[in-house]
Amino acid sequence: MFTKHAIIGVSAVALLALGLTGCAGTDTPAAGDVDAATATSAEDFGGIDALVEAAQAEGELNVIALPDNWANYGEIKAAFEEKYDIVINDADPDISSAEEIAAADNLVGQDTAPDVFDLGTAVTLDSLDYFAPYQVANWDEIPDANKESTGLYVNDYTGSMSIGYQSNSVPEPTSLDDLLGDDYRGAVALNGDPTQAGAAFAAVGLATVQSGGTLDDFTPGIDFFAELNDAGNFLPVNATPATIASGETPVVFDWSYNNLSASTTVDGWKVTTLEGPVYTSFYNQAISKDAPHPAAARLWQEFLYSADAQNLFIVGGAYPVTIKALQDAGTVDQGALDTLGELTGDLVTPTADQAEAAAATLAENWAAAVQ
Amino acid sequence: MDVVTPSPVTRWIILGLVGILFSVPIIAMINFSFSVPTGGYTVDHWTALFNPDNARTYRQLFQSIGNSFLLAAVTVAIVLLILLPAMVLVHLQFPRLKRVLEFICIIPITVPAIVLVVGLAPVYSVVVKVLGGNVWTLAFAYGITVLPYAYRAIQANLDAVPVVTLSEAARTLGANWLTVLGRVLLPNLRRGVLAAAFISVAVVLGEFTIASLLNRRNLQTALLQIGQSDPWVAVILALLSLAFAFVLLLLIGRLGSVGRKQTS
Amino acid sequence: MLIFLAIPTVLAVATGFVTEDGAFTLANIAGIFDPTVLSTFVSSFWVSAVTAVVGAVVGALVCYAMLGTRADGALRTVIDSASSVLAQFGGVMLAFAFIATIGNQGLLTRLLIEAFGVNINENGPFLYTVPGLLPVYLYFQVPLMIITFMPALQGLRPQWAEANATLGGTRFTYWTRIAFPVLAPSFFGSLLLLFANAFSSYATAAALISQGSQIVPLQIRSALVSETVLGRENMAGALALGMIVVMVVVMWGYSVLQRRTTRWMS
Repeated sequence: MFTKHAIIGVSAVALLALGLTGCAGTDTPAAGDVDAATATSAEDFGGIDALVEAAQAEGELNVIALPDNWANYGEIKAAFEEKYDIVINDADPDISSAEEIAAADNLVGQDTAPDVFDLGTAVTLDSLDYFAPYQVANWDEIPDANKESTGLYVNDYTGSMSIGYQSNSVPEPTSLDDLLGDDYRGAVALNGDPTQAGAAFAAVGLATVQSGGTLDDFTPGIDFFAELNDAGNFLPVNATPATIASGETPVVFDWSYNNLSASTTVDGWKVTTLEGPVYTSFYNQAISKDAPHPAAARLWQEFLYSADAQNLFIVGGAYPVTIKALQDAGTVDQGALDTLGELTGDLVTPTADQAEAAAATLAENWAAAVQ
Repeated sequence: MDVVTPSPVTRWIILGLVGILFSVPIIAMINFSFSVPTGGYTVDHWTALFNPDNARTYRQLFQSIGNSFLLAAVTVAIVLLILLPAMVLVHLQFPRLKRVLEFICIIPITVPAIVLVVGLAPVYSVVVKVLGGNVWTLAFAYGITVLPYAYRAIQANLDAVPVVTLSEAARTLGANWLTVLGRVLLPNLRRGVLAAAFISVAVVLGEFTIASLLNRRNLQTALLQIGQSDPWVAVILALLSLAFAFVLLLLIGRLGSVGRKQTS
Repeated sequence: MLIFLAIPTVLAVATGFVTEDGAFTLANIAGIFDPTVLSTFVSSFWVSAVTAVVGAVVGALVCYAMLGTRADGALRTVIDSASSVLAQFGGVMLAFAFIATIGNQGLLTRLLIEAFGVNINENGPFLYTVPGLLPVYLYFQVPLMIITFMPALQGLRPQWAEANATLGGTRFTYWTRIAFPVLAPSFFGSLLLLFANAFSSYATAAALISQGSQIVPLQIRSALVSETVLGRENMAGALALGMIVVMVVVMWGYSVLQRRTTRWMS
């Protein structure tokens, strides 16, 4: 009896498993003679139109960590969907750069794995194995300093590190030391964890140079946040549009484009850039090596570096990487640029070596500093 | 006996205090779901959820809720198709294995989800290759997580009902094993099975750790995600899920009392 | 079934002993004794212990208050169901509830300031730090206690109370010399269960605290996510091992106490 039951049970499970495997389906690669996953430029597809066709055959694009109000990604995604009739699957908008790579690991081989990444410098330099090289059609318009030579990753946009604050609850901070005062008890938050997220990494960078240090060593920045924590002013909560809107995070260190975007939707939210050195940094666009939709991923890159999308970045408050080329060709959205203003001041930005050193310093010391 | 039971005054003081303390967060959530940051109240947040214009924004949210329900269904199926027969079998045929089975079903508490997930990632990369990358495969991991609760629910029922006697009686009357299982045992085990099913659903709907760290989308991860852009919808959904789980478990309680009356 | 339990557990623990390249090493285990990591273990212990003790006491009081009510009555069913729900109340939803209550803009926060001039965020943010986890954890610890301890209280035989009365004992002697000793194993067993529950709890803390890793489950999170950047591969495995050791000890204690409980109850 036991055996009979066991046999029935096992066969049932086996049949079930087989059936479900059949239902799971297989991923048929995009039709055509081109292996989209190894294409390094539009020419490999036989021209932009062929690329568009291949992408439309795939029909979907998986993006990750692209919030709608981050440098106007909301409009950019909508524009892409409309122009090419490709559905964008928007995963995890509020996670950090490091979590994007972790997601790529966890979801490898699945339909929901991310196709493209938008990462901060530190994480980019550490994750070269995840990228596939690709050079967009207007490759030459991108300055050499802003791209990896084979196209593994390319700068896309930048902004300056700013402080946003709720003017209805706290006074305007004019210097780092102001933030150590009583007015800001439990009020100061970052956009993420500096060991994972580009925006938070940059906040520590800003604190470093504002404290009189240099980008070679982020320790002064970490020390500042340790002081902030001791004073009881540091809030270990990730600032998100929700927390800004609800008032949970009255003061936020974030990119100028993010704080500017919040100021348009949240009553009383103001943005200020501190006097002194201004920290800027480009984000990096990369295509996943194991992208489930390789043609769509490459089309997305082409779209991002086209004048349309690059101008939409300006509307969002960020400075696109091809801004010089746009201005020279006269295709820049001058109205938006005028509203935004030029990126002026004592601009500092870390080199690849400085970013790596800073990442190591943060890995060692950040957790202890804000405990 | 008066010595044992507390006086009504004591009873109501304790229950009242604790009750008030525990309802404060719920009240706060309800309050928040109706409030506007600048002060005042509105029903807009509630209506927004059902507004078709917001369909695109909430598309992923509803998909994740669907995932959660699918996972709950598959997990319950696993419990019913694997755990239940195993427990009945052990109870009837291999009483000595009972300690072993009990031990196995308690282990998942010792290995918390956060630890399990560290080792699950490589296991799932294999699973993905074999069974495809759909989210329902998470149900296998969930089956493990609900094991202690489902086990306790079914075991309590198994202990209360004279299973061995019933099955032997049925056998002597000429029933084969299938009849014994289906027409004699299952109706008597209905209470425990339903309790196990409902508890499993509650646990699966509330599971966050494994889904989050394996980057799958379920109700809880979607809640967290939507909470970062639209806190009101998140709170509203949390309240709704809470109410749903409460009703579900209230039903078990009623079923339990109904069953008890019938058993004598 | 075992595939999804045994293999992941073994893998989780084994990775703690291996470096990036696959060589055996004790370096990751040594990493546990890093002061920052050790202090997270201490924090975890502290939070779990406090919420276990307070939860056990409060839960026991509620069970006591329910003694004598009808087992199938409305009060009992409602409290049972409410406890079951709250004990399972997903950590994320719990986080939202408490942000709405004692967050920076929380209902209670504002009430306290307006009515009593007391600001719980006086010395720094409360809810988003480890002490702030206490009320949140209690919210599911007390219901768990109610669920696990109630059967024990129900198992108190009326004959014992009658015997106590016959022998001239008072309420006090009943409780101190009969009930407590009988209930003690069950009480402490449940307390251990509460400790284990709090120690292994992840979702709530993850939803509340996004910066840093003040308790062990959060350490595992950052170890898993930042493997590339932090460069401490397989730290998660070492941490997992640490957690399992603690859990095994606690659950062993629990099963020992459970056996003593059943001795009286059967």
